[in-house]
Amino acid sequence: MAEALMLEVVTPEREVDRESVAEVQLPGLSGYLGILPGHTPLLTQLGIGSLIYKKGAESGFIAVIGGFAEVLPERVTVLAEAAERSEEIDVARALADLAEAEKRLAASSTDPNTDWDAMLKSVASARARLEAASHGAPSANKET
Amino acid sequence: MPTQLDIKRRIRSVKNTQQITRAMKFVAAARLRRAQERAFAARPYARAISRLVRSAALRVPEGAHSLLRRREEKRILLLTVSGERGLCGAFNANVIRRTLEFLREHSAQEPTIIVLGRKIRDAMRKQRWKIVAEHVDVTARPEPTRAAEIANDVTAIYERGEVDSVYIVFNEFKSVLAQNLKLEKLLPIERDPASTIEEAQASSKETPVDYLFEQPPDELFGRLLPRYVQVQIFRALAESAAAEHAARMTAMDSATNNAGELIDQLTLYMNKVRQAAITKEIIEVVSGAASAA
Repeated sequence: MAEALMLEVVTPEREVDRESVAEVQLPGLSGYLGILPGHTPLLTQLGIGSLIYKKGAESGFIAVIGGFAEVLPERVTVLAEAAERSEEIDVARALADLAEAEKRLAASSTDPNTDWDAMLKSVASARARLEAASHGAPSANKET
Repeated sequence: MPTQLDIKRRIRSVKNTQQITRAMKFVAAARLRRAQERAFAARPYARAISRLVRSAALRVPEGAHSLLRRREEKRILLLTVSGERGLCGAFNANVIRRTLEFLREHSAQEPTIIVLGRKIRDAMRKQRWKIVAEHVDVTARPEPTRAAEIANDVTAIYERGEVDSVYIVFNEFKSVLAQNLKLEKLLPIERDPASTIEEAQASSKETPVDYLFEQPPDELFGRLLPRYVQVQIFRALAESAAAEHAARMTAMDSATNNAGELIDQLTLYMNKVRQAAITKEIIEVVSGAASAA
């Protein structure tokens, strides 16, 4: 049985993270997935939320927005549409984005032509970034 | 024999050319830096998605998704990526030559082409091959959204069964001095992990075990595979952009050096001509004086 997991997080713009970790929690489309070394191969779509990894006593948080993940016994590959490590997140900007997104959501609640998916996604993305930034415990991923 | 003035004019003209090539070299160098960063940034994702797709494809039956299903190659589609401008050495010529070679080799399979870039478009318009779509100004600043549109068109053509396989030719950025002309198969997505060298070491060790799919495989593949095609096309554009600037920089650097050499040669020649003229005048004066005496 493998001892560690190789975690690799990439987005189209850059490589966000690549390191050896002991445990990973992925924000799957239908809920969080806890992955330990030796996990059965698995392929999943990702929702919006925080990816949490543990490495010794340390844990790390990465805000992940959509994409895919492949789990192999020794490796987890995350192909995110966007991802940011908790320390890279600009909290002020994320707060502003959230306020903006919520305002638009409230304003358009009567408009039948609203693109709900896109709007809820922007709210959820901002929340995920805030959550990862605050190093908070993962709340259930309430995707649309 | 040219007069001194003729040579002087010639030198001036070469100097002007040298100034232009030097300026172009600097412009290309600046653009290269940005293009190279973008190309390098796109690589990890492209590599990861292609590894993931191949690894996933190994674990499902071949007919799992239409983009994985192999059909007899009766008709093929070729995407070919060139630069937008010339003056970059053999860069565009190489793409055009490889494209024509490929078309000739596969002439039995009624090849059709999609041209990406002004140079290849102009070259292909003069040819007899059927052009399905033309996209220009795609490599000047590669946009993921633009690549996605192209990819979606390609995927749609493939899924309608108009073609049985899709290839892409582009220049990969290897180093500033060298480009690597690549021919890759885009569709159907190869199940054989050894089909591309980079991915071979990554996936060959693992024995294919069945996957757990969190979502129904249809839905997952329906999202993953088109994304894969988009990423591969974007990567080809980003690589080609970086390679083009590198090729132009190298070409302009050697042009600048050649102009310098030419100026030196011409200056030497001009001095010889001047020397000869002076010598001739002295002889005339001396022999004039001698005959008068």
